[in-house]
Amino acid sequence: MAATLNRIGLARDAYKGAATTMCAGCGHNSITNHLIKALYELGVEPQRLAKMSGIGCSSKTPAYFVEQAHGFNGVHGRMPALTTGAQLADRRLIMLGVSGDGDTVSIGLGQFSATADVGSVQKKGAVNTFQPIDPCAVALTLGCSFVARSFSGDGKQLVPLIKAAIAHRGMALLDVISPCVTFNDHDGSTKSYSWVKEHDEEIHDVSFIPFFEEIAVDYAPGTAVSVEMHDGSHLLLKKLGEEYDPTDRMQAMHLVEDSRAKGQLLTGLLYIDESSPDFATTEHIPAERPLRDLGEQELRLSRADFDTFMDEFA
Amino acid sequence: MSNVKVNELTFQAATVNGSGSQSANMVLTRAIFSMGIPVAPKNVFPSNIEGLPTWYQLRITPEGYMARKGDPDVLVALNPATWANDLKTVRPGGAVIHEEAYSTADARDDVTYYPVPFAKLAKTRIASDTLRKQLTNMLYVGLVGGLLGIPRDRLEHGVQRVFQTKPKAWQVNLDAVNVGYDFWEENFRDRPCGFRLEPVKGKVDGLVLVEGNQAAALGALMGGVTVAAWYPITPSSSLCENLIAYADRFRVDPKTGERLISVVQAEDELAALGMAIGAGWAGARAMTSTSGPGISLMAEFSGLAYYAEIPVVIFDIQRVGPSTGLPTRTMQGDVSFAYSLSHGDTRHLVLLPGNVEECYEFARTAFDLADRFQAPVFVLSDLDLGMNLWMTSKFKYPEADFDRGKVLSAEQIEKLQGDWGRYRDVDGDGITYRTLPGTEHPLAGYFTRGSGHDENARYTESAEAYARNMDRLARKLEGARSALPQPILDEPGSEVGLIAFGSTDAAIAEARAVLSESGMRTDYLRLRALPISKAVGEFVARHERVYVVEQNRDGQVYDLVRLELAPDQVGKLRSIRYYDGQPIPAEAITRPLMELEAVPA
Ligand SMILES: Cc1ncc(C[n+]2csc(CCOP(=O)(O)OP(=O)(O)O)c2C)c(N)n1
Ligand code: SF4
Ligand SMILES: [Mg+2]
Repeated sequence: MAATLNRIGLARDAYKGAATTMCAGCGHNSITNHLIKALYELGVEPQRLAKMSGIGCSSKTPAYFVEQAHGFNGVHGRMPALTTGAQLADRRLIMLGVSGDGDTVSIGLGQFSATADVGSVQKKGAVNTFQPIDPCAVALTLGCSFVARSFSGDGKQLVPLIKAAIAHRGMALLDVISPCVTFNDHDGSTKSYSWVKEHDEEIHDVSFIPFFEEIAVDYAPGTAVSVEMHDGSHLLLKKLGEEYDPTDRMQAMHLVEDSRAKGQLLTGLLYIDESSPDFATTEHIPAERPLRDLGEQELRLSRADFDTFMDEFA
Repeated sequence: MSNVKVNELTFQAATVNGSGSQSANMVLTRAIFSMGIPVAPKNVFPSNIEGLPTWYQLRITPEGYMARKGDPDVLVALNPATWANDLKTVRPGGAVIHEEAYSTADARDDVTYYPVPFAKLAKTRIASDTLRKQLTNMLYVGLVGGLLGIPRDRLEHGVQRVFQTKPKAWQVNLDAVNVGYDFWEENFRDRPCGFRLEPVKGKVDGLVLVEGNQAAALGALMGGVTVAAWYPITPSSSLCENLIAYADRFRVDPKTGERLISVVQAEDELAALGMAIGAGWAGARAMTSTSGPGISLMAEFSGLAYYAEIPVVIFDIQRVGPSTGLPTRTMQGDVSFAYSLSHGDTRHLVLLPGNVEECYEFARTAFDLADRFQAPVFVLSDLDLGMNLWMTSKFKYPEADFDRGKVLSAEQIEKLQGDWGRYRDVDGDGITYRTLPGTEHPLAGYFTRGSGHDENARYTESAEAYARNMDRLARKLEGARSALPQPILDEPGSEVGLIAFGSTDAAIAEARAVLSESGMRTDYLRLRALPISKAVGEFVARHERVYVVEQNRDGQVYDLVRLELAPDQVGKLRSIRYYDGQPIPAEAITRPLMELEAVPA
C-alpha cells in the first residue's frame, strides 16, 4: 500500500527519528508522536526545521523525530539562548525547542522540580514546601505572544496546539504536562498520570485549520472563537464552559491563577497575540537574506568609509 | 630658566569621578597630541558612578613611551579627599596646581604651588548654572595650558575634537578654558615651572589615538560579525557599546532601516555565550565580550563549543580578580583559565593582542580562525589596552576574504551521495566538515551534542569512539600552533631573553631601551597566541637565561612556557611578575632584571 503523502510529498515516515530510549509509557514518547503527526500534517520541510534542546530526558527527544533535520542538544537550562542565536543567524529556520521543566525552570528527576506544587509528595516521601513556578504565568508576564497548556495524553488537543505554535510568528510557549512514569507516578504527586487525567479541565475544544485547507468545520454562532493567524491559518476554539477570550492577556493571567487556587489543571490556548512581531523583525534584520549568508561586500566598511573612519581618530 | 625640560613630563589630574573631568583630560590630551608631541594616557578610575577619587595620567616623552610611569611632575589637585596623598607623589621640582582652599601650611617645599580659587572662579566667571560643575574642570585645562605653554589655538582644537559631534558645546567650554588661561597669565606669569611643551615635527606623523575596545569593535565589524550577544561588565562593556555605535553607522540601510547585524544584550553571560554559540552553529559569525566574573560563568558553554566544535569568538577584557576583585584595574590574570576553560580535557585557541593595532587585527582574524578550526577563539585583551587611548598607526584595510572553513553545501553533499560524517577526519588535520541548518539536502542534517558522539555525530558511550574523538581534537589543536599569530622576535644578540605578551609590551619596549643605555642588551620574544608556538622553545634554546614578564601573581605564562620546554631547557626560565592592578611600569622590569643579572645600576 502506498503511503499517504503530505502537501510537500513526504510520507509520515520522513518525520520519524531514531528509536526512543525513554522508559516504556513515558509521556515524552507520546509528545514525540504528536510532534511527528503535527509536523507531517503541516507539511513542514525537514530542512527548514532546527530541533533544539537542553539536558534531560525530554531534551533527548529531538533525536526521535525528523531525522533529516539539524538538531542541537546543548547544556542544561540554556536551550532558549542557543535557539535565539540560531534564529538570528537564519531567521527562515523553524526553531523547535524541547525542554523539560527542570531544564526550563530547574531540576526534576526524582528530585523536586520547580514546577512541583506545594504539598506534592516525592517518590521517597518528602513533601514539597516551595511555591511552584508556572511556566505559563511566567511567559504571560514576560509578554510571550502564544501561551498554551496541554497534556501528553491528549493528542486531540495537543496536535492542533503544536500546529498553531509552529504557525505562530514569534515565540510560542507550549507547556505540556508529561507525567514521568518512573519517578513521579505515585499517589501524592500532583503530576502523576492519573492525577493529571482526573484534573485536566479543557478550556475549549481546539482545532487548527492550516492556510492550505478550507475551513470546513461549522459551529453555531456564539459557540466558537476563530483566531486568524498571520499566515492565513485559523484556530477554532469551541466553547466548552464559560466564555473565554484568548486574546485578553489579563483574563489569561486571571484564569491561570484561578485554576491553580482551585487545584485544576486547565488546558488549551491561554493566550495569543497574532499582531506582535517576532524577534528578528524587531531586530530589523533582513527578511530574505539570512545574516549568516552575508559576505565581505555587505559586512565590511567600504575602503572609503574605512579611511574616513580611521581619520576620525586623528 | 636653563634646566627646563621640554616635552618630557608626567601630568596627573586628581579629581572626583562623575564630575566631568574626563572631557577636560581629553581636551588636554588632544591639544598636546596636535602639537606633534607623543602622549600616553592612563585613566585610573574607581568602581563607582559618581563621587570617588579618580586620576588621569598623561605621560609625555620624546621617545613616545606608552607604559605607565608612577609619579607625576605636574599635578592638578581638585579632590580634597586625596589632596594630602596626591601631593606626596609629586616628583621633586614638580608643579602643583590646586584649589586655593587646600592647606599648604606644612607642605613640602621642593615643588612649586599654583593656588587657584576654582570654586570662586566658577561662581563668578561661568554663567551656566547647569554646566558649572563640568566646566570647572575646563578651568584647569586653561591653567595647564598657561603653565606648560600650550598655544590657545591648540586648546581650541582640543575642545572641538573632544566635542566633535556637539558643536554647540564648543563656545562654553572654550570660554571656561580661557578663564583658566587668563587667570594663569594674570597671576603666575612670573612663576614659571621646570616643564614646557613645544610643537615638534616627525614624532607622531600619521598616528592616531585609539582605545583597544574601539579597535576590537572595528575589527569585529571588519571580520564580518553578524550576531553579538553580551552582558555588561567593566572593562569589556565599551567593546559592545562601540560595536553598536559603529554598526548603527555602517551596518544599517538608511533607506529601509534594515540592519546587517544583531547585537543582543542577554540576561546574563551564560545566555550571552549560548546565543553566540547558537548563531555560530547556524553559520553566522558570532561573538560575545566579557571580563573576569563573566568568563567564569561561560565555562560550561565554552566546553560545549569546544567539544561540539562550534565557531564563536569570545573577547575577555581582563580585569583584576579573583572574584569581583578590583573591577576597574588591569591584570593579565585569565590566561591559563581561558586556555583550558571548562571541565574535562578542554583546550582553546587564545589570541593575545599586544597593542591596539592587534586588538583590531586579532578581532578580525579571530572569526576566520573560529570558522577554520570550528572552535571558540578567545581574544584576551585587558583594561589597560581596552580602555586607555594608545598611539597607533592607522589600521590596514583587510585584503583577504573571509575564511569560512569547511562547510558542505547541498551540491557537495549531493556529489558525495550523502556519504559524509560531521566528525570524520577526511583531511587528516583533525578539522572535519560541517553543514548548516537550512541546507537543502535530505542528508545534510546531523545532531549536535555535548555528550559523547562518534564520527557520524551519533550518540555513543563507546570507549574507543570517545578516545578517537579526543585524539582528533588534540591533533586539531596541534595544527593551530603554527597557524595562529606567531611570536614577534627581536634579537639584537644577547644571552638574556625576555618573553612577554599583551599590554606588557609597552613596558618591555621602554625597559629594553633603558637597559641598553646602561649597557645591557636583551633579546625579546612577544608571544601572541596559545597553544604556544614552537618558536618559543627555539628562542629559549638560543639563550642562557630567559625571563617571562607578566601581570599576574602566579606566573601563568611562565608555567605554560615551562611545559613546552625540553627538560634541559627548563632551568633557563625565570619569572618576573607584577600584580598591583596598575599597568606595569618599565621600572618593574628593569629593577628585578638588573638585580638578577647583577648589572650595576
Ligand atoms: C549544569 C548542570 N547541572 C545539572 C545537570 C544534571 N541534570 C541532568 S538532567 C537534569 C534534570 C532534567 O530535568 P528536565 O529538564 O525536567 O527533564 P526531564 O528528564 O524531566 O524530561 C539534571 C539536573 C546538568 N546536566 N547540568
Ligand atoms: S525517567 Fe521519567 S521522564 Fe525520563 S524517560 Fe523515564 S519516564 Fe520519561
Ligand atoms: Mg522534568
